[in-house]
Amino acid sequence: MVSGMAERSEFAQQAMQYAPQLYSAALRFTRNSSDAEDLVQETYLRAYRSFHTFQEGTNLRAWLFRILTNTFINTYRAKQRRVQESELDDVEDLYLYRRIAGMDIASRSAEDTLFDLFTDDEVKQALEGLPENFRVPVLLADVEDFSYKEIAEMLDIPIGTVMSRLHRGRKAMQKALAEFATERGLVARTTGPAGPSREDSVDG
Amino acid sequence: MADCNETLRELEAFLDGELTTDTQLAIHAHLEGCVDCLQAFDFHAELKQVISQKCHNDEMPPDLLRRIELCLGEDIDGDGAIG
Repeated sequence: MVSGMAERSEFAQQAMQYAPQLYSAALRFTRNSSDAEDLVQETYLRAYRSFHTFQEGTNLRAWLFRILTNTFINTYRAKQRRVQESELDDVEDLYLYRRIAGMDIASRSAEDTLFDLFTDDEVKQALEGLPENFRVPVLLADVEDFSYKEIAEMLDIPIGTVMSRLHRGRKAMQKALAEFATERGLVARTTGPAGPSREDSVDG
Repeated sequence: MADCNETLRELEAFLDGELTTDTQLAIHAHLEGCVDCLQAFDFHAELKQVISQKCHNDEMPPDLLRRIELCLGEDIDGDGAIG
């Protein structure tokens, strides 16, 4: 067991390198910078206090994200009025793909990558717009690249639940992105008077 | 050999790196011969990357690190103060 002060400060130094990632995640979770700062600080404090339970050689980053996630769920969820275990509207599979692949190729230059199609804010908004029980797993998987097993452990839910929340959360996020693209005229409105007809299919 | 429906059903698990080697190979084999599925997979692989990149660039408030260190530093004294 490591408990000396020197090891403690070494732990703090090692753990501190993940602060920017934890802060970004905290922003997506809480959706405001003041709560995000508090959440990150609370995460480090809890990690620091219980770091004797951290096993050297295991994944420090995953351990910190687990603390961040649990602190958020237990503290901030309670604070943000009672958020119900939200359900999402059903969105068809490949929602965004079918719309973007179906968009008039002429209006999309060869240089236009998906990266350029959406602004940072749009992607952040699409993610932050998800109800919490979908937002958290989608962030952990798509932004932080954690495995299903790691996410299941962090959230204390079965892997099958992780998969279904990811599936539905991602579709809802894609629908939000498709709406941004539509607003900016990048994708033709389904019932819009102008614009190319969009009998889109997977084949594009 | 997986067909299009089977392949698309595994799209997410494939991109998440969660498939067994056998299933992964079957998907690979299908993608080699199916442009439609390959396009869909490429799109979602790119989308996943874009989401990660665009959600990772928040600027951390400059005094947050100091705040944390201060708060951890205070606790070293054992006063239990959050800072």
